[in-house]
Amino acid sequence: MTPLALQKPRKPTMNLLKTRELGILLALALLVLYTTINNPRFLSGQSIRDNLLNTAILAVMATGQAIVVITRNIDLSVGSVLGISAWTAATMMSDHQGLPMIVAILVGLAVGAVAGLLNGVLVRYGKVPALVVTLGTLYIYRGITYQWAGGSQVNADKLPAHFLNFANDSLLGIPWLVLIALLVVGGATLVMRNYRVGRELYAMGSSPQAAELAGIKVARNLLGAFVLSGALAGLAGVLFAARFGTVDASAGTGYELNVVAAVVVGGVAVFGGSGTVWGAGLGALLLTVISSALAVLDINQFWQQAIVGALIILAICADRLVAVRIARSLRKRDAHV
Amino acid sequence: MFKKLASWDSIIILLTVLVLIVASVVVDNFGTSRNFTFMVLDLMPIILVALPMTFIIITGEIDLSVASVLGLTSSLMGWLWNHDMAIQTIIPLCIVIGAVAGALNGFLITGLGLPSLAVTIGTLALYRGLAFVVLGDSAVADFPFNFTGWVTGTLGDGSIPNVLIPIIAMAVVFGVILHATPVGRALYAIGANAQAAHFSGIRVARTKLWLYVVSGAVSGLVGVLWTLRYSSARADNGAGLELAVVAAVLLGGVSIFGGKGSLPGVLAGVVLLTALQNALRLEDVSGQALNIVTGALLVLSVLLPNIVTTVRGNWQRRRLRQSAAQ
Repeated sequence: MTPLALQKPRKPTMNLLKTRELGILLALALLVLYTTINNPRFLSGQSIRDNLLNTAILAVMATGQAIVVITRNIDLSVGSVLGISAWTAATMMSDHQGLPMIVAILVGLAVGAVAGLLNGVLVRYGKVPALVVTLGTLYIYRGITYQWAGGSQVNADKLPAHFLNFANDSLLGIPWLVLIALLVVGGATLVMRNYRVGRELYAMGSSPQAAELAGIKVARNLLGAFVLSGALAGLAGVLFAARFGTVDASAGTGYELNVVAAVVVGGVAVFGGSGTVWGAGLGALLLTVISSALAVLDINQFWQQAIVGALIILAICADRLVAVRIARSLRKRDAHV
Repeated sequence: MFKKLASWDSIIILLTVLVLIVASVVVDNFGTSRNFTFMVLDLMPIILVALPMTFIIITGEIDLSVASVLGLTSSLMGWLWNHDMAIQTIIPLCIVIGAVAGALNGFLITGLGLPSLAVTIGTLALYRGLAFVVLGDSAVADFPFNFTGWVTGTLGDGSIPNVLIPIIAMAVVFGVILHATPVGRALYAIGANAQAAHFSGIRVARTKLWLYVVSGAVSGLVGVLWTLRYSSARADNGAGLELAVVAAVLLGGVSIFGGKGSLPGVLAGVVLLTALQNALRLEDVSGQALNIVTGALLVLSVLLPNIVTTVRGNWQRRRLRQSAAQ
């Protein structure tokens, strides 16, 4: 193997991966263009702001999910983690009105991290598949929240003003929620692309056995991925409570589907080892913009879920096409060597 | 013999019998025939969908779209009924539509080689979305009484619910296919090693395709039964049922990696979940609290056998080491 032969296969992969995210951007641009032509208000400041605010929570959760999926696992418990964290934050803030926002955020992160740690430990040390573990904890965390909350709910008038304002306040014109989402997506993208631990996570997803044999600290990285996914779902819970003001035990039910959809649409393959975090963020943005575009275009809102489903299938078909093409080109080159 | 007794599916069967006995002694009204009817009606959708799901998971795949197919057929049933189609035509049509929905899953998975988890998450959203497109958030309720009454009714003297007959018939058919025919052995072979199965002459892709068609058709049938039971066709009927079904199948000892599991275990898993839920509800424990039990059982069903295997492995290693030292 000459260095040249090693270098060659990287190039088409990089290009294709680039086109994958470009494809989402293109779809996004077309959608926005079409909607704006039909209704110019779609590009007004308020509309953009709403779209970004709605994307923020989904994007934060999609970041954690993308990392877990890249390691060839899945975290279905995120909706329930959001619920338990939102309830924790809301009851805490209504009982102690004076607590600063940062405490709520830290508590949410901590609750989520503990939930994620349990997932990770069961997957790694219990040798239980992630799908089974997180399907189980989806039930368990939601059940705990219901046990705790019963039928009660925390209303906006019980929550301190600074907590509720957090969702609308902004820094330099950018809402805090959006800033946090940008920070999370951007930071995770950077780490996954440029740092050792990020590349190790990709390696684990490409081939778990090879990663272990290569001396990668698989256990540590895997636990890290699940803790991060849990913590980010916990953070999303606090943001959810701040944005919507009314929280009951059912908060975030079914969110796992949207999160997985965002990740898959964003180009992260369910078999792990490929895709990017910012792609998942774009996926979250695309799903959100679709639903608001439907409202603006006066299309029956009921079409939204069907379109999301069609998009997921389209996205995995596209990924498959790319994978087949890469495999073919690699085989062709090998044949010439 | 001992090994057989210690396997998870026999443990779950014993546990189910134990729960049924304890519940009928301890919980008031649990053992009444009225409650039995309710329990059978409650477990009907889970048990019927769990039959093809067991086959699919044994081949190492999964179908998360079942509840959405149920919702789609329920919606269509309401829509067609509103458009004055005869119910005798609607019911078979709904089952066919379910089969078509399943065939699309099967084509995407076997024809295009896409991962079943991703495909059926996609069609979970797609079919549920289409259900809402068909019926919106309205409900259709005026189905003829001789059909709705049959589903909720009982045989003769009133202790055996009517729906128990199709449930038992289908369970027997699926059980015989899985455990006593070449097709059943082929399913285990595919789950254990799809490539090896292919090279030994099993039509892997075609078998999987048919499994998805059957899964869709059964989900369609359950959509019909669900609609008739509550005499209400709604787009959100059965939402979330896929999780309960997968939980019951895994609880029954089927390996998520495929190749392992038995139908009696799955049936016990379904009965266990439903009986627990029913008993706790009679004891005024909230249904949501049961979620904790369901989730914990699901995780334990895989965790405990793993721990047993690890401990046994350590024990054997130690014995080998000792005999080597001697």
